[in-house]
Amino acid sequence: MTSNSVSVRDLSLSFGAVTVLDTLNLDVKDGEFLVLLGSSGCGKSTLLNCIAGLLDVTGGQIFIKEKNVTWEEPKDRGIGMVFQSYALYPQMTVEGNLSFGLKVAKLPQAEIDKRVARASEILQIQPLLKRKPSELSGGQRQRVAIGRALVRDVDVFLFDEPLSNLDAKLRSELRVEIKRLHQSLKNTMIYVTHDQIEALTLADRIAVMKGGVIQQLADPMTIYNTPENLFVAGFIGSPSMNFFRGEIADRGGRKVVSVNGVDLSIDSYKARGPIEAGRKIVLGVRPEHVKVDEAPAGTDIHDAVVDIEEPMGADNLLWLKLAGQIMSVRIAGARRYAPGTPVRLSFDMSLASIFDATTENRL
Amino acid sequence: MADTTALNARLAPGPQGKKPRPILAPRNIMLYGALIFAAVYYLLPLYVMVVTSLKGMPEIRLGNIFSPPVEITFEPWVKAWSTACTGLNCDGLSRGFWNSVRITIPSTIVSIAIASINGYALANWRFKGADLFFTILIVGAFIPYQVMIYPIVIVLRELGLYGSLTGLIIVHTIFGMPILTLLFRNYFASLPEELFKAARIDGAGFWMIYFKIMLPMALPIFVVAMILQITGIWNDFLFGVVFTRPEYYPMTVQLNNIVNSVQGVKEYNVNMAATILTGAVPLIVYFISGRLFVRGIAAGAVKG
Amino acid sequence: MTGQANAGRPNQLLRNLNSKIASIPMILTAVVIFFGGTLWTVFYSFTNSKLLPRLSFVGFDQYERLWAAPRWVISIQNLAVYGIFSLIFSLVIGFVLAALMDQKIRFENTFRTIFLYPFALSFIVTGLVWQWILNPEFGVQSVVRSLGWTSFSFDPLYNSDIVIYGILIAALWQGTGLVMCLMLAGLRGIDEDIWKAARVDGIPMWKTYLLIIIPMMRPVFITTLVIIASGIVRVYDLVVAQTSGGPGIASEVPAKYVYDYMFQAQNLGQGFAASTMMLITVAIIIVPWAYLEFGGRKRG
Repeated sequence: MTSNSVSVRDLSLSFGAVTVLDTLNLDVKDGEFLVLLGSSGCGKSTLLNCIAGLLDVTGGQIFIKEKNVTWEEPKDRGIGMVFQSYALYPQMTVEGNLSFGLKVAKLPQAEIDKRVARASEILQIQPLLKRKPSELSGGQRQRVAIGRALVRDVDVFLFDEPLSNLDAKLRSELRVEIKRLHQSLKNTMIYVTHDQIEALTLADRIAVMKGGVIQQLADPMTIYNTPENLFVAGFIGSPSMNFFRGEIADRGGRKVVSVNGVDLSIDSYKARGPIEAGRKIVLGVRPEHVKVDEAPAGTDIHDAVVDIEEPMGADNLLWLKLAGQIMSVRIAGARRYAPGTPVRLSFDMSLASIFDATTENRL
Repeated sequence: MADTTALNARLAPGPQGKKPRPILAPRNIMLYGALIFAAVYYLLPLYVMVVTSLKGMPEIRLGNIFSPPVEITFEPWVKAWSTACTGLNCDGLSRGFWNSVRITIPSTIVSIAIASINGYALANWRFKGADLFFTILIVGAFIPYQVMIYPIVIVLRELGLYGSLTGLIIVHTIFGMPILTLLFRNYFASLPEELFKAARIDGAGFWMIYFKIMLPMALPIFVVAMILQITGIWNDFLFGVVFTRPEYYPMTVQLNNIVNSVQGVKEYNVNMAATILTGAVPLIVYFISGRLFVRGIAAGAVKG
Repeated sequence: MTGQANAGRPNQLLRNLNSKIASIPMILTAVVIFFGGTLWTVFYSFTNSKLLPRLSFVGFDQYERLWAAPRWVISIQNLAVYGIFSLIFSLVIGFVLAALMDQKIRFENTFRTIFLYPFALSFIVTGLVWQWILNPEFGVQSVVRSLGWTSFSFDPLYNSDIVIYGILIAALWQGTGLVMCLMLAGLRGIDEDIWKAARVDGIPMWKTYLLIIIPMMRPVFITTLVIIASGIVRVYDLVVAQTSGGPGIASEVPAKYVYDYMFQAQNLGQGFAASTMMLITVAIIIVPWAYLEFGGRKRG
């Protein structure tokens, strides 16, 4: 049976006249890895701090393990937290950092030793126990910071952009390690980040946030393939999804999107409801869902010209001009095109997204 | 290949472009001339104090104040320390010195303890209205002391502390509070907030976080505050005069009474020895602390 | 949700209780001493309190008496002269010294130590040293005369007309080091690239200072100005040590007037009125600054 580990009910938070979170609801299942994703100022860290009890909420309730903790002290909520700046106590050794919370809670020394030993074994930081944080590298510091959450022996881990201060290589290493940690510990993790790669690779479910509101809450593939609105579609994916503003038209029984006089057939698009002709829409196509010079028989072909080529090793990114606007297409790295080369494009509309131009919601 | 050799030649070590100016360039002569001239002006009073204090009175009456002593005597120093008179008391500056010690040490400790906790509360545990009190405190730092002195006299009299050392310590704590609170608040606010959050998750409370996390990290700023307070309190004159009885007068007050007393023959050498003795403590603090002193006054002043 | 009934919002007074308890000294100081004390003094300046404060109101009598007193008028004149010159000279000297120090000179620390050490000394020590140096019998005047210029006269401390300048010399010696330090910090805070850009553009150094650097340092100048100004209004110890207000009443200053009337002449009412005038003087300096610094920013 899956119960909810963390539940947020109608949570509101405002500083004076500024509303940061507005009647927000969120359920995190037991053992789930949930990522809060959004750009800075979207309220994701604020939400995490509210769950941790580091910010007093203006309204609403927070439940952890079915217990109302809205006004509990952070230490009584059964959570551990890892911060972006590591937040290690500089004057204490690694061991001191790990055991500080346990000493505050007046646990017996034997128990403290046991937990520190276990955490340092899991994170492979035993050789560092006697060192000060200033003597550690960034990756080691973040390991210790994770260890500090680990020794608390809690069910819910909160991560506040834990990898943002690390360089790219370390970031991907620790990302794997966090995933492994989640797989072996199986406890609930709520993870805040602005990095979509982290979100896509780590999450069981992603909550994409903007302006204090959750835009879409779903598993990574759903978010990537069927974004709920224009914001989510544009936010996830690199390079960004290609957007074409146009109008639905009926060409003798075939539904097409007419963009600056170019007709793109959307017969294969699985719409949620009828899309009537004349409606203003935004068509979104991911760069990898366009074929270049290898159209299957029977599909629409569109002529375009290569503008710029960005070879990236495994992939090759082509910037093309179609219907008067620039779009990007991802092809295999081995296929090279010089600028100016004419190409023939075909769109896989079954994987495209169509949004209403005014509501910006998926159709 | 040709390209790389050309590049290497360009990157070869050695002077490029114009040679640096020689030390004796006209610009440098002007620059250092001006600086040395200014330095002499600033050093002159110290020099005059020292040479005067080492001369005998006959030599002072004959010579000029800038000439070095012909015959060095330490008698003025001994006299200034142990037998110079203020009114009827003739036990020298030593009494004032020990009074100043007894005033400065507890005042420094108490004012810093209270201000650091205030600053910590303001930076990390802000409650409703805290900013209002803090604003009053900072505005109060600009109010002339004269405006608040008499109400404090009344309060201390009501508490039975007027004229006592305790009373003076309270006064120093009060008037040191704005600048020190500001100093500590800014320092604690500059520490990463996540550290404080981590400690709260770990279950530490107000005092635990202060003593175990913040205090050990704030040692440099405590030194700065100590420098600020030791020199400030040692150099105080007004509060010493207003809030203590003559037997508790600090060194500055006693020095002024010795030098500016109208009775007896003026002994300029003794006066200067006494002046040096009074300035010695802050000067020693200044010379030892060096850059921290600069940091202290800058921290205190720039944000003030 | 099957959880317990909604936990109510706890009592807001008890929340953060430790912090509130720890702030009691600050709250008392701010409210009772700074706020209450100031109001009390202003309030009692409208009474004719003598030896002890008492509530018999006399309206603006104390202020009329104050402004009719030659000693107070001289005090204010002295403060004005001393204030204006001390502002101008400390800013100019402080900035020039800082600019010299900023030329990547050698022995920078030594020079800084020398310029700043007087600031560590008390006004009493400062006043007494300069009293001795300016002593006409033994000091500068006698030394110059002994060099052959027998008609040379420089006795500010014994000449009513120029005594305030004698105090000014001592004050500048004591305080310019601080101004130099603040200015130097300001200069060091300016982006190096500005200098590079000015050099590439071929702007001479003095012009760069005048047209680019000084305007950029406006906030530093303003803060320094406020610090010097609030120190000026308080000037007391220096006068007591150097001249005791003499010769006659030629070097009296408001702060000394207040002290003398409160604690020696046993005329509290006059003291309160005089200190209220000091408060107003400070307000005239501070309020426009605070308005520019904080009020404007909120709106902007």
